[in-house]
Parts: sequence; C-alpha cells; structure tokens
Amino acid sequence: MNDLVDQINQADTVWILISSALVLLMTPGLALFYGGMVRRKNVLGTIMHSFIAMGVATVVWVLYGYSLAFGPDIGHVIGNLTWAGLAGVGLEPNPTYSATVPHQAFMLFQMMFAIITPALITGAFAERFKFKTYILFLVLWLTFVYAPIVHWVWGENGWLRNMGVLDFAGGLVVHISSGAAALAAALMVGKRKDYSTVPMPPHNLVLTILGTGLLWFGWFGFNGGSSLAANATAVNAIVVTHISSAFAAISWMIVEWIHRKKPTVLGAATGAVAGLASITPAAGFVGPTAAIIVGLVAGMICYVAVNFKTIFGYDDTLDVVGVHGVGSTWGMIATGLFAVEASLDAQFTGVIVTWIFAFVATLVIMKVLDLTLGLRVSEEGENIGLDLCEHGERGYTI
Amino acid sequence: MKKIEAIIKPFKLEEVRKALDEIGVNGITITEVKGSGRQKGIKEVYRGAEYHIPFIPKVKMEIVVNDDLVEKVISVILDKAQTGNIGDGKIFISNIEEVVRIRTGEKGLNAI
Repeated sequence: MNDLVDQINQADTVWILISSALVLLMTPGLALFYGGMVRRKNVLGTIMHSFIAMGVATVVWVLYGYSLAFGPDIGHVIGNLTWAGLAGVGLEPNPTYSATVPHQAFMLFQMMFAIITPALITGAFAERFKFKTYILFLVLWLTFVYAPIVHWVWGENGWLRNMGVLDFAGGLVVHISSGAAALAAALMVGKRKDYSTVPMPPHNLVLTILGTGLLWFGWFGFNGGSSLAANATAVNAIVVTHISSAFAAISWMIVEWIHRKKPTVLGAATGAVAGLASITPAAGFVGPTAAIIVGLVAGMICYVAVNFKTIFGYDDTLDVVGVHGVGSTWGMIATGLFAVEASLDAQFTGVIVTWIFAFVATLVIMKVLDLTLGLRVSEEGENIGLDLCEHGERGYTI
Repeated sequence: MKKIEAIIKPFKLEEVRKALDEIGVNGITITEVKGSGRQKGIKEVYRGAEYHIPFIPKVKMEIVVNDDLVEKVISVILDKAQTGNIGDGKIFISNIEEVVRIRTGEKGLNAI
C-alpha cells in the first residue's frame, strides 16, 4: 500500500482534480445550451434535466454505479459490487486505471462523465417528458446501459477493451451511447404536440451560445483529463480537441451558408459541439492534421444528419442523434483511420455494438416506464409548459 | 379630441418621437406588439427546421391630441416612419369622449 502511495504524482493529481471540475461545469453548460433552444415556457424544465443529473447520477455512482462500471470484472461484461458505496476506493492509486493519482480522483473524474452522458439524452425528449419518470429513467439508464458500456470499453478485462477498441475519452461511452439512446427515446416518447403545425423556434440563443462556450471550455478537461496524467498525451488531446471544434464550427457555417444563404449563430455553435463530440474518441491518439480532417468532416456530416431529421420526421428535439451520435460515429471511424495503434475492424465492432445495445436497452427501459409511470406530461401540461406544470415556477417573470 | 394609433417599424420609433416632440405632442404611449399584414410573416431556419413566423414585431404608438393637431401628427408619422418597403405599418384614428388627468382631476383638453 505504501508503495502505491509513493507513486502518487502531484502534477497528475492536480490535473485530474482540475479536469474533474472542468467536466462538471459542462453539465450546467449543457443545461444552457439546451435551455436556450426550447420555448420559454420550458426553459427551467429543460435546464433541470441536466442540473438534477448532477444529483441523481452522483447518488447512483457512489452507491453502486462506479463498482458496476469499473469494479472487479464478471465475465468481461460488468463489474461486481465489491466497490459499492466506494468500499475499497481509497486514496492510494489503483494501478490498472491510474497509477499516479489517488483512486478516488479517478472515481471522481469518471463520475462527471456519468453525470453528463444521460443529461445529453434529454435533448431528444425536451418539452414533453414527465419529471418523475425522468428521475427513474436516469437511475435505470445509468445502471443498465451506461455502467455496462463503460465496463466493456474502459473496465479492466472489459470485452471491447480486450478486443483493442480505442475510445480515448468517450466516443462510444458518452456520445454514441447517448445518441443511440436519444433515437430510441425520441421514437418511444413521440413528437411534441403540434410539432409540424406550430413554429417552435428557440427562445434564447444567447443562452445556447454561452452554453456552447462552457462546453468547449470544459471539453479541455473531458479529453485532456482522459490521459489521466499531466503529460504530453494530455497536451495532444487538448490541442486536437480545440482544432477539431474550430474547424467543425467553420465547416458547418460554410455548408449552411451555401445551402440556406445565411451563416447562423446556432449553426456555428452546433458545428463546434459536433467537432468536440467527433474528436473525443480520437483525442489522445491522433495529431493536428487528422484533427483538421475530423473537424471539417464533422461539421458537414452532422449538418446533413440534422437536416435529415426533418425528412424522417421523428422529433429528436435538440438533435442529440445528429450531433453526438453521428459525430462520434465518424470520430470512432476516424480513430481507426488515423491512429497508428488502431484496428478499423475493432472500431467498427465497437460502434455497431454500442449503437445496437444502447438503442435496444433504452427502448426496453422506455417501454417499462411507459407502462408504469408514463412518459409524457398531460396535453394540458404540455400546453402550459414544463416550468409551471412540473416545477411550479417560471424562468422569466415579464 | 382624437386618438391616433400608429403601428410602425420598431427602428423608426425614435425618429418619429423626436419629430412629434417638435410639433408639441406631449404624451405618447408605446407598446411592443406583433402583427401580420399583407407581408404574411417571415421565414426563419433553425438547424434545418424551417419555421414560418406569421407575426412580425412592431411598435404601437398611442397619441391623444386636440382635433386641430391630427393632420399634423399624421403627416409627421408619414414623413418619418415611411420607408416605402412592405411592413411600414398603419395609422388608425378614432374619437375620444373624455380625458382625465389622474393627478389633478382636470378634464378635457386641459388633461391632455
């Protein structure tokens, strides 16, 4: 034990603690990003979906989620409950996950991912989901979808990890899992009332831009912290993250400018997030040139994907599928193309397995919730908005 | 006494107000409104979703004046609020039966 403690590196530990704080801030950033895009009567309800994840996901993670995800392996698919209640997750390093920082710092950093991932899904069912059901959804989804995927990809002896699938900071774990879940959720919950007849433009894009800024800022910790050390890989990850985001913002803007004659602010912001989601699996493995390509392509294909939504007609309200799902699928493939140590085969396997598993498991969870608590607020509740009908408050008093 | 209600483009408000001030109009009430006329709204696009926005933001001015000022007010509004493009707005004129100043209880022209 003392040998392990001696290996603690102070710079690494500081970096992981700072990165944890950076990633934590992404969730209120996401709340603003999403909150600005809904109608004003739903601004608090939408923000609350993200905000309360900081509470609920923490409870799940501490009680048993961390143990399921990272605990001692059962059959390469899930962790056991040895670490439930953080038993044995101490201040000495765990050499498998992070040899130079206290185990609790690693646990904390990973907790921030468990918070933001289900919060990302909420964009798919914004403006109509029942809050009581959402709380239970968070618990079930983290338990039966998130924890297993984390274990497969990052857990000791997880089967995708053993197969050589590369996912630096959560392309599969965070973005494809939430994107696939969002597709299932949007299909199960159904369209917003009056979806195709009444205009539903964003009520405050200023919030959305502020949220984008916080996401971009926090992503330095999300990807940079995933090196789990204050080292060259962390620098590489942050540099390519920033490059990809910038190029994707520009490429979305240009494509939209040509296609629709106007460079929209919402488009530039969405492009930036698409670039961030796309580079996430590749961040520690590829260099600046690859990051340019990842970003340029991300802005274009996510623009196309988001436009396709209107053709297919499902109401993924805030485009979780088109931005996170599609972006990170491209990112996983790009990792296979550009990272020297990657196998394209393994990358495709990871992508397909995660899409199918997260989609099907989320469908099942939604079906169970539909039959028990019900998924949607009443029609009247949808009319007056989630802020008043679910929370009894208004976001704005004038 | 007449009430003149003018619905104008919001960015023209300050110009109109100044000009009305110069001809001796003291009281103006304005409201931010939305409306639809022959222009039938505008198109907005958010992430590929096209929305037809039927009501466009305007400013509604309400001015109550003595009968002899009415034509002057109208010509000032026409002069200042007109751009010649679609969406310049409308002016409505109606009779006012009585005006009361709350502070003093004065009535009629003295209260304007």
